Amino acid sequence: MRNTRDTQLLFDLSKPGRRAGRLPACDVPAKPLAELLPSSAVAAAPPALPEVTEPQIIRHFVNLSTQNMSVDTHFYPLGSCTMKYNPKRNERAAAMPAFAELHPLSPDDAVQGMLHVLHEMQQYLSEISGLPACSLQPAAGAHGEYAALLVAAAYFRDRGEGAQRTRVLVPDNAHGTNPASAVMAGFDTVAVKTLPNGGCDMEDFRAKLDDRCAVLMITNPNTVGIFEPNMRTIADEVHAAGGLVYLDGANMNAILGITRPGDFGADMQHYNPHKTFSGPHGGGGPGAGPICVTEALAPYLPSPIVRQRTVNRDADSGASGTPGDYYLDFNRPKSIGRVRSFFGNVGVLLRAYCYIRTHGPDGLKRVSENAVLNANYLLARVKHILPVPQGDRCMHEFVASGSKLKKDKGVAAMDIAKRLLDYGYHAPTVYFPLTVPEAIMVEPTETESKETLDAFAEALFRITEEAPDLLHEAPHSTAISRPDEVQAARSPCLCAPWTEQ
Amino acid sequence: MKPEDLKFAKTHEWVALDGDVATVGISAFAVEALTDLVFMELPAVGKQVEPEEPMCEVESVKAVSDVYAPVAGEVIEVNESLPDNLEVLGEDPYEKGWIAKIKLAAGAGIDHLMDHAAYEKQCAEEG
Amino acid sequence: MPYLYNTPEDQREMLAAIGADSVDDLFAPIPDELKLGRELQLPAALSELELDLHLRELAAQNQHAGNSVCFLGGGSYDHFVPAVCDAIGSRSEFYTSYTPYQAEASQGNLQAMFEYQSLITRLTGMEVSNSSLYDGASSAAEAVLMALHAGGKRTKIVAPATLHPEYRATIATYLECLDAELVTVPCPAGVIDADELASVVDDQTAAVLLQQPNFFGCVEDADAVAGVAKAAGALLISVFDPISLGVLKRPGDYGANIAVAEGHTLGTPMSYGGPYLGIMACDQKLVRRMPGRIVGETTDRRGKKCFVLTLQTREQHIRRDKATSNVCSNQALFAVRAAVYLAQAGPQGLKETAELCLHKSRYLAEQLCASDRFSLAFEAPTFKEFVIRDAENDVAGLLEKARAAGFLAGLPLAAWYPELSDCVLIAVTEKRTKKEMDALVGVLAGVEASQMASAK
Repeated sequence: MRNTRDTQLLFDLSKPGRRAGRLPACDVPAKPLAELLPSSAVAAAPPALPEVTEPQIIRHFVNLSTQNMSVDTHFYPLGSCTMKYNPKRNERAAAMPAFAELHPLSPDDAVQGMLHVLHEMQQYLSEISGLPACSLQPAAGAHGEYAALLVAAAYFRDRGEGAQRTRVLVPDNAHGTNPASAVMAGFDTVAVKTLPNGGCDMEDFRAKLDDRCAVLMITNPNTVGIFEPNMRTIADEVHAAGGLVYLDGANMNAILGITRPGDFGADMQHYNPHKTFSGPHGGGGPGAGPICVTEALAPYLPSPIVRQRTVNRDADSGASGTPGDYYLDFNRPKSIGRVRSFFGNVGVLLRAYCYIRTHGPDGLKRVSENAVLNANYLLARVKHILPVPQGDRCMHEFVASGSKLKKDKGVAAMDIAKRLLDYGYHAPTVYFPLTVPEAIMVEPTETESKETLDAFAEALFRITEEAPDLLHEAPHSTAISRPDEVQAARSPCLCAPWTEQ
Repeated sequence: MKPEDLKFAKTHEWVALDGDVATVGISAFAVEALTDLVFMELPAVGKQVEPEEPMCEVESVKAVSDVYAPVAGEVIEVNESLPDNLEVLGEDPYEKGWIAKIKLAAGAGIDHLMDHAAYEKQCAEEG
Repeated sequence: MPYLYNTPEDQREMLAAIGADSVDDLFAPIPDELKLGRELQLPAALSELELDLHLRELAAQNQHAGNSVCFLGGGSYDHFVPAVCDAIGSRSEFYTSYTPYQAEASQGNLQAMFEYQSLITRLTGMEVSNSSLYDGASSAAEAVLMALHAGGKRTKIVAPATLHPEYRATIATYLECLDAELVTVPCPAGVIDADELASVVDDQTAAVLLQQPNFFGCVEDADAVAGVAKAAGALLISVFDPISLGVLKRPGDYGANIAVAEGHTLGTPMSYGGPYLGIMACDQKLVRRMPGRIVGETTDRRGKKCFVLTLQTREQHIRRDKATSNVCSNQALFAVRAAVYLAQAGPQGLKETAELCLHKSRYLAEQLCASDRFSLAFEAPTFKEFVIRDAENDVAGLLEKARAAGFLAGLPLAAWYPELSDCVLIAVTEKRTKKEMDALVGVLAGVEASQMASAK
């Protein structure tokens, strides 16, 4: 139950002399610091951290936690985020000492169990994407986009087209990470217009496609929850122009076992295992961003990759060892190198591994079927009060528009979002994509019941009937009312005040 | 400075010309439309600018907008106190809310800009 | 399936409401020729019990810090993780929540992030902190990009060979497609030679990197490095070890402009390299070039103090191709764990932890070097890691022997530094005991440590 007393800052709880953690006495001879380190390197005093007891820490952070909505406590229909249930068996697995207490630079033969999991994950992700080569290294979806674009750049440089192919085409309704990743990878971005159904404007696409195009980045199903109607044509035309197709895998939850990016024309994709494969979002992270690519791009993937020794492959890699053993392959001269330290976000990948093993091929397909069924059902329940410009059908999510409500009653999408919090629902994504006015983006996921969807639709009806003034001031029942974001940005206060001792 | 005495670019910047020095700011209409400005990055003194090219940026909480140079020339002075007093843009956009002074390039002029009446008409249409 | 709700009856009712004949009907927008038309080739579903048995079988093949004595370092360390970190990190309301875009329903996360930022500024002596990035190496690369943007036309980045090789590799990858170059300064003495550094740093240099303590565990002369950077008008990027700040000067003390670190050591386990915690703090004047989410304090409509994501115009969801970075997530859960870790340690606990690392690692180094076979590779003072040279030049055999005896004894350096192929990097955290260290010495030197000590 929520403790309604104001939650002080951690620093307000501090009192000199208090402490929580105690350390063992030093069991080796300890010389004075002055003999061990040059005085110029030694701090005058340790950092001014708060001095608090263990019970204070627990009560403070547990009380803070109760001010969050979360998947375990609330329906969280946040479009484009796939807030599905986070299975507890996955958490237990990731916490097993044999995985959690594993040092990343251990010799390969000391970590065969770990490498087995990671090798299988490379294969599973390749099979699900229809793209045969996989790197598990990137730390997040955006990091995967970036790594894949570096792979593309290296591929074109190798072909002598590096100077020519300078452009990345990005639909104007794409997630902001797409153009940002392209620029970081040294490309110029060119926006491609989209139609009201979220699909590519083919005329604009063709006008912008030429032999300067390195990569087209596309999200499919797209950000309004529609399967791109011209997917195959678009991919064929990009390929004919000598370019590559990148698939933003944010919406893979709709198509597991139904269609594969590699089969509909993608050359590269990232996954968001924290969305599709149930990794918890952690209040903003960690995620992971594994990427899969075609055989032609495989040599350029980040290093290392996990491989399993076979008698034949030993000759290729020059490495020796027992056939059947797993090893990290660093001997990849065309690789773009590293995009981070160590192997990757293994804890997230391990949870995804558990998820895939729990479902099997049939189960994964049913995940997507039910995600799409739930989204279509909710769409059918709400479309008469919140029109859905894209039409009567969707994949795993849909984007309703609050523009009629805005015009008739002056109620904004933000008002509806905030009022839903009072009804005990996390708000949908609002004002994204920008191409739909007063956008309300709803993704129920497969791990919700018809009863929950019915109750949510009911709450939406009631909200649209409520007095506009009540909605403008919502939420009314949360720990705080709407924050003053202008003040926060105009005079930023980014840490608690303190003075040097 | 009365708006009636100023010239305007279609991208909502105003210009007051004194000899070959143009004082530049953004219109009351633009300030209103941008809502609650929170940050401004002034152009660098010495920067060469061309009409319709971004000169600097203003930010609201969730949007970034370019301020375009209305004339060609060199930035010779900027309103240093403006970023810390952004409310001035709303209160007094045509006087204390000036952003930069631009020394016109040789041959550059302001004939491409609108007078106040034409600008008002454009705003009404965008409205 | 364990997490699905819809019964056949539910499905019928839902399809009727939709006006669809079947679930397949919902996938009609996908052209048949693009459909897979077969089952995915994946292993069959496992029950929870079967999954558990399977994982236990795999787990048994791993040698880890729970069943071995771990002296491995090189950027990931076997520091102690207090129970309070697990207790708070496993609160559902933290780990199953999303990015706090809806501030009213996320004050817990937002306040915790604000406290994390505040703790990091105190820890580092820097003016501002973001709410975390992916890991240490990518944070260093992001710091380099910041410095390039802040540096205008300056295109050179200077890093010493004593910066973690994987961090240098990451930076090199990030710079590959940009108009910038990474220059590495050799450090044969295991620390930066300030004169050598000064000969490379010039008015085209955007940033100088410093790792403190460095990859070899040696303590660098940070003031001298800072002096070289400042003299050339370049920014100083410090890659620090959070635990070391219990004893060593903070990045802010020696004039770092950007400070980054691998923060997993603050309450998050090693997990074979990730997910980890990228710490980044910087000068106030650089805040608008900083990547990643930032939480700020403000007030709500009723005048109550509260917290909200702020300065978002830096980020990709608003500025798109002009964003400071493409970063779109942070490591919030581990930032919470780090906040809990720092709170439970307090100033005294952090100091004691750092001192234990220092004293114990020095003890082990001394004991090893009592044997004729081993010597320290570098003279510079060390903090919690050190490099020993094997006079018999049999690093692989040595480490294998130790492993058979239950020790993950250290990291061979040959792959990164061919000239150090007879050297091993050994890390000693507060978790290691005298008994463990004496036993390791016994295995490596082939005699009991006490005998060696008395023999000298």
